[in-house]
Amino acid sequence: MNILGLYNYWIVVVLMMIGFYIVIAHENLIKKLVGLTIFQTSVFFFYISMGKISGATAPILDEKWQLYSNPLPHVLILTAIVVGIATTALGLALVVRIQEAYGSIEENEIQVQDYHDRMEGQLEAYGFRKKHVLSVQKLEE
Amino acid sequence: MNSHLPILQVLIPLLGAPLCLLVRVPRLVSLFALFISILVFLVSCALLQQVLEHGTIVYELGGWAAPWGIEYRIDYLNSYLILLVSAMGAIVLVAAQTSIRRELPANRHMVFYTSYLLCLTGLLGILATGDAFNLFVFLEISALSSYTLIALGTDRRALTASYQYLIMGTIGATFIIIGVGLMYMMTGTLNMYDLAERLPEVHNSKTVLCAIGFFIVGVCLKLALFPLHLWLPNAYAMAPSIATAFLAATSTKVAVYVLIRFIFSVIGIDFVKTVLPLQEIFLALGVAGIFAASISAIYQLNIKRLFAYSSVAQIGYMILGLAIGTQLGLTATLLHMFNHALMKAALFLAIGGVVYRIGSSQLNHFAGLGKQMPWTMAAIVVGGLSLLGVPLTVGFVSKWYLVLALLERGWWLIAILVLISSLLALIYVWRIVEWIYFSSPRIIVDDIKDPPLSQIIPIWLLVLANIYFGVDTSLTVGVSKLAAQSLFGVVR
Repeated sequence: MNILGLYNYWIVVVLMMIGFYIVIAHENLIKKLVGLTIFQTSVFFFYISMGKISGATAPILDEKWQLYSNPLPHVLILTAIVVGIATTALGLALVVRIQEAYGSIEENEIQVQDYHDRMEGQLEAYGFRKKHVLSVQKLEE
Repeated sequence: MNSHLPILQVLIPLLGAPLCLLVRVPRLVSLFALFISILVFLVSCALLQQVLEHGTIVYELGGWAAPWGIEYRIDYLNSYLILLVSAMGAIVLVAAQTSIRRELPANRHMVFYTSYLLCLTGLLGILATGDAFNLFVFLEISALSSYTLIALGTDRRALTASYQYLIMGTIGATFIIIGVGLMYMMTGTLNMYDLAERLPEVHNSKTVLCAIGFFIVGVCLKLALFPLHLWLPNAYAMAPSIATAFLAATSTKVAVYVLIRFIFSVIGIDFVKTVLPLQEIFLALGVAGIFAASISAIYQLNIKRLFAYSSVAQIGYMILGLAIGTQLGLTATLLHMFNHALMKAALFLAIGGVVYRIGSSQLNHFAGLGKQMPWTMAAIVVGGLSLLGVPLTVGFVSKWYLVLALLERGWWLIAILVLISSLLALIYVWRIVEWIYFSSPRIIVDDIKDPPLSQIIPIWLLVLANIYFGVDTSLTVGVSKLAAQSLFGVVR
C-alpha cells in the first residue's frame, strides 16, 4: 500500500490528534475551543477527501467530462460545518459568561473557586456553621 | 394527515420553537410551549396506535425513495420511545409553568422554552429517523439545546458544567460522524436498513471495525456510560430543575436507543457476538458503573447531584441488559429505559417542587421538610423506593426481568452483584429519608408548604404511573417484548 498516496488521511489523523491533544492538555477555555475546532475540521477534511475521485471534476453535467466526484459527502459536511459553527459560537458565548462570573477563563483557577464553593456547602452541611440559616423571602405567585 | 404522523411529531416542536421567541410574553410562552408539547404527545399516541395496528411505518421525506432520500421508519421500538419522550416532555412542562417563573428571570423564559422545544425536536428526530447522518444532525440539535438549558441554571457552576458537557458532547458527536463517514466509505449508503444489508459484505475489513469503534465510543459518551460519564453529574445538578427532570428522563434513554438501534438493526447482533468483544466490555463497564456511581451517590450533599449519580448507575443496568445479548436481556433494558424515565422524572420534579419553596437542593436543607411538605416528600420516597426496586413499583419490574435474564444466561454471580447494588441504592435513599423525616428543620422560610397544584399534579401523576406500571405490566412488558422480538428478527 502506498503510504504517501494516502497523504490526505495522514493530514486528517495528524490534525485530529493535534486538536484532541489541545482539548485535553490546555487549561485555557478558549484554547480548548480552538482545539475542538481543529478536531472537527479534520473530520471535514476526511469527508471532503473521501468524495474526491482523482481525475474527476465537480458534479456539473458537461460534455467534456465523464468522471465526477461524489457530491454527497461534500453536502453532508456543509451540514456538519454549520453544526460546528453553532457549537463554537455557543462555546465562546459560555466562555464570555464564565469570564463574567469567575473573572477567569483558566480551568484550574475556576476549579479552585468551585472547590471553595463546595467546601462552604460541606462545612455547613456537617453543622460547622449552625448559625447559618437560609432565609427565602415569600415570593409573589 | 394520518400518513404524515411520523414527520409531524418532529415538525410541530421544530416550528413551535422559533414561535416561542416571537410570543415573548412570559406567561403566554409557557402556555404555548405546553400546548405544542401536548400536541406532540397526541401525535405520538396516534403513531403508536398505527404501529400496533399495521406494523412498521415507512415514511419517505419529500417523496424521495429510501437509499437516496431520508427515510423515517417507525417500528415498535421507536414508537414506544417516542411516546415516552413526548409524554415526559408534556408532563414536565405542566410543572414548568410555575417552577420556571421562580427559577429564571422573566427575560430568559422564552429562551428556555425555545431550547426546550428544540431539545424535544432533536430527541424525537433521533428516535424517528432511519438515516445515519440525519441522526447525527438531530443528535446535535438536542445536544446544543441541552447545553443552553443547562447554562440557564442560576448558579455560576452551571456555566462550567455546560461548557464541560459541550466539550465532551462535541467530541462524542464528532466520533459519531467519523464512524458514519467510515461506514459510508465502505458501503456508499447512509440509510440504516441499507447499511444493515451492505455491511455484512465488508465485515472483515478493518475500516468497518474502526467505524463501529468510533461510533460506539461516541454514543457511549452521549449516554454517559461509566468512565465517560463525567459531564453528567454537574450538568444535572446545576441545570434548572425542570431542565434536569426533562433531560434525566429522556436524553440518556435516547442515546441508549441509538446504541440499541445500531447494534441490532445496523451492525447485526451476530457480528457483535462473534467478532467484537462488545458484550464483555459492556458487562464490565456496566457492573463497574453501577457500583462506582452508586457509591459516589452515597457521598453527595446535593440531592440533584445524588440522583444524577444514581442515573449513571441506572444506565449501568441498561447496558448490563444489553450485554446479556439475549431477547430477555434486551426486554429488561427496554423496560428499564421506560421505568427509569418515570422514576427520575418524578424525583427531579419533586426536587424542583422543593427548590420552588426553599430555593436550595442541598440535602441538609431538606431537613425536617417531611412534615411541612408531605406530598412532595412522599413522592420522593416512592420514587426512591422505585429506584431500589421494591415490589409494586416499576423499579421492581425491570430489575426482576434483568435478574431473570442474567439467570437464564447462568450469570448468577452478576445477578447477585445486581442485588447487592440495590443495597447501595438503599443507603442513599435512606440518607434522604433520614434527613427529611428524622432531623429538625434547618431552614427558616416564611411559608414552607407543598408547591402549587400545577406541580403536585404532574409529580403525583408520575408517582402513580410508577406504581401503576409496577402492578399492571401488560403495556410496558408487552411492547418491550414485541420490540425485542422484532430486533432479534423473530417478528418482522
